[in-house]
Amino acid sequence: MRIVVGEGSCGIAAGAGAVYAGLEKYREKVGFSLGITGCVGMCFVEPIVDIYDGALLLKRLVRVSPEDAADIAEYAATGDNAKISRLEITAEDSDFLEKQTRIALRRCGIIDPESIDDYISSGGYGALKKVLTEMTPEEVIAEIKTSGLAGRGGAGFPTWFKWDAARKSEDSEKYLICNADEGDPGAFMDRAVIESDPHSLIEGMLIAAYSIGAENAFVYVRAEYPLAIERLKKAIAAAEKKGLLGKNILGTSFSCGIRIKAGAGAFVCGEETALIESLEGKRGMPRLKPPFPAQSGYMCKPSNINNVETFANVAYIIENGGESFASLGTEGSKGTKVFALTGKIKRGGLVEVPMGLTLRDVIFDIGGGMRDGGEFKAVQMGGPSGGCIPEERLDTPIDYKALAATGAIMGSGGMVVTDKSTCMVNMARFFLDFTKKESCGKCVHCRIGTARMYEILTRITEGKGEDGDIEKLTQLCEGIKAGALCGLGQTAPNPVLSTLRYFRDEYEAHIKEKRCPAGECAALRGFVIDEEKCCGCTLCAKKCPVGAITGEVKKPHRIDTEKCVKCGSCVEACRFGAVHAE
Amino acid sequence: MCSDCKKSDLTLLDAVFDECGTDSGSLITVLQRAQEIYGWLPTDVMYKIAEKLSVSPARVMGVATFYTQFRLSPVGRHLIMLCKGTACHVNGADGIEKAVCAELNIKDGETTADGLFSLKTVACLGCCSLSPVMMIDEEAYGSLTPSSAVAAIRKVKESEQA
Repeated sequence: MRIVVGEGSCGIAAGAGAVYAGLEKYREKVGFSLGITGCVGMCFVEPIVDIYDGALLLKRLVRVSPEDAADIAEYAATGDNAKISRLEITAEDSDFLEKQTRIALRRCGIIDPESIDDYISSGGYGALKKVLTEMTPEEVIAEIKTSGLAGRGGAGFPTWFKWDAARKSEDSEKYLICNADEGDPGAFMDRAVIESDPHSLIEGMLIAAYSIGAENAFVYVRAEYPLAIERLKKAIAAAEKKGLLGKNILGTSFSCGIRIKAGAGAFVCGEETALIESLEGKRGMPRLKPPFPAQSGYMCKPSNINNVETFANVAYIIENGGESFASLGTEGSKGTKVFALTGKIKRGGLVEVPMGLTLRDVIFDIGGGMRDGGEFKAVQMGGPSGGCIPEERLDTPIDYKALAATGAIMGSGGMVVTDKSTCMVNMARFFLDFTKKESCGKCVHCRIGTARMYEILTRITEGKGEDGDIEKLTQLCEGIKAGALCGLGQTAPNPVLSTLRYFRDEYEAHIKEKRCPAGECAALRGFVIDEEKCCGCTLCAKKCPVGAITGEVKKPHRIDTEKCVKCGSCVEACRFGAVHAE
Repeated sequence: MCSDCKKSDLTLLDAVFDECGTDSGSLITVLQRAQEIYGWLPTDVMYKIAEKLSVSPARVMGVATFYTQFRLSPVGRHLIMLCKGTACHVNGADGIEKAVCAELNIKDGETTADGLFSLKTVACLGCCSLSPVMMIDEEAYGSLTPSSAVAAIRKVKESEQA
């Protein structure tokens, strides 16, 4: 019997390390093998422990704690599942996986990410071998063209076109770069791929390097992903040892090395020319295009940049043919897409679905709908460059063009679900706070424009909005779109434009009535204690971090509004429903 | 140079230059290693790096101030990273921040007077399903409420005093 603990970052944060340590104590005594795997994407039930007999999954146990180790060991010893049945995943939760179509994530949560043998025995590096021994670079590019694979980092540019352009650029030195600077808050697809299946990235990159004629490759990883960096390092070393990376790969004349560069925390470095500047050891400020990186990129040499998820699809396409990939999806968007489903959702995690499914399918069918009985308000897609999509547009299919028509974008795959308690003006303010901080400062429109927009939005959420603010915001949006050089600046106004489009009434309520319909904006709310319901248990007073609540035991308490920081601790503490926002 | 600048042991940097080389393209990596050694980037360290990599001190300073990872002042004994990503925002990160700031009596980016805690808000820690999340040093605390966040900090404080 083989017991496997899910150790992706989410699993570890939920306590998977302690679960593993708990099981380790019984390993020798009972005689089972113990291993790790990456992230299966079911973050909502972490930590997860899978029990296998050979390749057959016998049990999937969820929300496991270290104290459960004894019961799991007993099952391993006797096969009696009486004590672990309480941990088994429900049929409803299993549906989360069953309803997906997994290509980029096909090995995630199944193989041991630190074992190259696991990868190879599941068919890994077969595509690389096929490419190096049976195909010309042109044939590879043609296959990718047939597949219709488009950049999964957000822009959705056809992958084959970039490869072809880099291939046709004549130079003695070319570079291949993987963009793993996953900066969109609320997105973690790329992290999961690297942590759970690093060799699929390496294999995809090598196939790309062969196609464009590059002998040097980089992976630019966010510094906030230490586990991903560690696993990728191990994977590179293992591949080098097996002759799958480095000089004369698989005995052919093709050589290519991969180096890791850790980013240092700058969202703009997800933009390809800024990323190149950063690779060169400079401030990550975007360059003017043209020349495009395919002509003049890293060290002014032809360079091709793709995102992690894009590379993770490549080996599958070579193994199964471009047509099989293209059979999934819509006319304009082929294959599958991975989304990080989070927010007020019942089942949050990583979801890979064929293009063409509707947003409603993903959120309500796979994600299980809203959490805590909330009512759906909007889904935010595309992070700081995207927008909020309201209820009436939930039947929009997942397709680059269809999503762009809603005012949001496909983006890299962040899907943050909000309910009626989320204020859309504050959401826009949140994103402008982000882009204002992350603007590199090169273009005046972006540097100053985002700061002005943030100030106006802050004023509105504080109840100090004025007539004409919406017009000023719209004007700034247009100016920034037209005046910024790179994608970050040009798309920075999107969160405001999309919320203005669908939730203009919320802006107006803040400005004209000094009211936040969602009840979220702190300045426009206060907390009060209902004297009839309060029984003087003192719990709220004990929980208040600033000592704003006073009162005698068994007598109604009061909140000092001067001291109150409006954190909501008291609402959360009260067991009698006596504290509420006003 | 200011008066506090000549305190760092610059010989510690030799191993960094041996490992990363002295090419100007390695500047970011060199700064990352240097910060691992000193905990932050003292001015004299940045001057030394500029000299070794044959770039101007202004360029080193430019890079050090551009990326959020680099610190130009020492941090407290415990670093609190409070996630303010979209998922955490939707699930109430603002309330957590207020409670944490009130507890420590500092703002984002500051260090407590006793040097125990530094607070830094970050864009996304990538554990969105546990939102709202914060990390104290290497440990992640998920599904926070204002009071559980404060309780976590007090626990670390108590372990210091024990």
